[in-house]
Amino acid sequence: MSDRHSVGIVTPQTAVFDAPIQLASGATLPRFELVYETYGTLNADASNAILICHALSGHHHVAGRHHPDDKAPGWWDTMIGPGKPIDTDRFFVIGVNNLGGCHGSTGPSSIDPETGEPYGSRFPVLLVADWVKTQAMLADRLGIRQFAAIIGGSLGGMQALRWTITYPERIRHALVIASAPKLTAQNIAFNDVARQAIITDPDFHGGDFYRYNTVPRRGLRLARMLGHITYLSDDGMGEKFGRMLRSGEYKFGYDVEFEIESYLRYQGDKFSDAFDANTYLLMTKALDYFDPARHYGGDLAEAMRQAQAKFLVVSFTTDWRFAPDRSREIVKALLDAKKDVSYAEIESAHGHDAFLMEDAPYQALMRGYLLRIADEVNPLPLEARA
Amino acid sequence: MSKAIKPAKANPVANNFELRPDLNQISHWIARGSRVLDLGCGDGALLSWLADNKDVRGYGVEIDVDGVVACISRGVNVIQSNLEVGLAQFEDDSFDYVVLSLTIQAMHNIEGILREMARVGRTGIVTFPNFGYWENRWQILKGRMPVSETIPYDWYNTPNIHFCTVNDFDQLLVKIGMKNTGRVVLANGKRVEFMPNLFGNLALVRFEQQRDALKD
Repeated sequence: MSDRHSVGIVTPQTAVFDAPIQLASGATLPRFELVYETYGTLNADASNAILICHALSGHHHVAGRHHPDDKAPGWWDTMIGPGKPIDTDRFFVIGVNNLGGCHGSTGPSSIDPETGEPYGSRFPVLLVADWVKTQAMLADRLGIRQFAAIIGGSLGGMQALRWTITYPERIRHALVIASAPKLTAQNIAFNDVARQAIITDPDFHGGDFYRYNTVPRRGLRLARMLGHITYLSDDGMGEKFGRMLRSGEYKFGYDVEFEIESYLRYQGDKFSDAFDANTYLLMTKALDYFDPARHYGGDLAEAMRQAQAKFLVVSFTTDWRFAPDRSREIVKALLDAKKDVSYAEIESAHGHDAFLMEDAPYQALMRGYLLRIADEVNPLPLEARA
Repeated sequence: MSKAIKPAKANPVANNFELRPDLNQISHWIARGSRVLDLGCGDGALLSWLADNKDVRGYGVEIDVDGVVACISRGVNVIQSNLEVGLAQFEDDSFDYVVLSLTIQAMHNIEGILREMARVGRTGIVTFPNFGYWENRWQILKGRMPVSETIPYDWYNTPNIHFCTVNDFDQLLVKIGMKNTGRVVLANGKRVEFMPNLFGNLALVRFEQQRDALKD
């Protein structure tokens, strides 16, 4: 994409909430901050806002660049910008770093006002419902009563789903991408291996490693390497790396020999330098706990009956972390609840990560759906229509 | 620029279009305000027209991603799915009508899909090319596989694997315990009353589960 399709240079903002907030677990935070970015212009009746919910390791920086020399743009820059599927000429787009995050929002590495030290192990466990609640508080702050759409992939899709149940009147469309109505035992198992890698790292210090001026880098690195394997597909990995050797021959040792080893270690290192270990634990735990049917006798359709939004559910053929069958469970519940829902199963070699990629049918689908929403909430003036 | 002469809609797909003759005929059979499931819905033209003109709500089912994108661009609910695996995602009796238009001849499990249609809907509507059409018979007489307006493929590249005549389809409905509740046969978009199995190239059949068959 050329620069004219980029939102350009963006600056994060901070919303400060000074009153205590009670979380779903029963714990209370005396105050909190959310870091967010916005792109595009909110229209006069505030009807064109789209909230982008992030996945496990995501954040508020969704599109554009912070500095002209930034190597990479925001994590969903392929999807968001002027003339892109989430068109910032038509929509006011908000990216937010979730509570508990490590990119500016209040999280485990923030200072606990009661102790003057980082929260660390004292930071409460969060549920998806807590994020949705705090996102609604941010929306209030920005004067947005109802979102044109709330969009998320993976854990972000769960937030979009939760929005439709908790605040049915505040969301017109939910785009739930590469997601699931709840984790399977296998999903939870992967998450726990990742958490155990972190928790058993000697540098973790029970979550209070900030005090020791250290970081459980090895644990985070392993957690990320494991995660990364589950985000790619076997085919995609085979296509990109196969059994390629770095030196062209076997060395009969345990150093990096295969290209895939090199790649995973690089990803792990990069991540362990940039991400907070406690945030990783919180986010995976929120994933594990997510189950909107729980309060409806395990009946997801019953939960979805609360919704007023229209839904687009998207899955990817090679995603085995949240396979198409998991998306079909959501679709089935929505059909049973007689909701407006469309479902697309996109062919992609990219596995779970496909929701971040530029597969042409995926882009066409998102563009088509979002154009309808744009016309619904923010019709173009007559002279601008071609 | 073209905007001076084409100011109409921001939406590239207008919904007040004219329907294909077979879809037009189907639309006459569908009551205002009903719930419709359109199997193999293609670009969603029927559902879109029914929503705008008859206040119909429903879903399309389509396997091809371009069709799915077209439906979504029209604002039609669509579920991307393979009909051969059945309609398990839909509950019993959840629709007033289930439509299967010009798709059945390309399916493997025809008895299965007809039963599924009767399960999830009150009324089934099927349209199919009539193999008994005189031009098809004539081409066979001449020793060639028929190629025509409703069967526009050569034998080696056709997706159609199960051709039938109007009479054949009636017999199948009886065999699986369905009741034919209406039939229209068209030739080039016009209704054929005289010897329809010979002079019609497109058949529309409406059917329901026979009540006593349910007891078996």
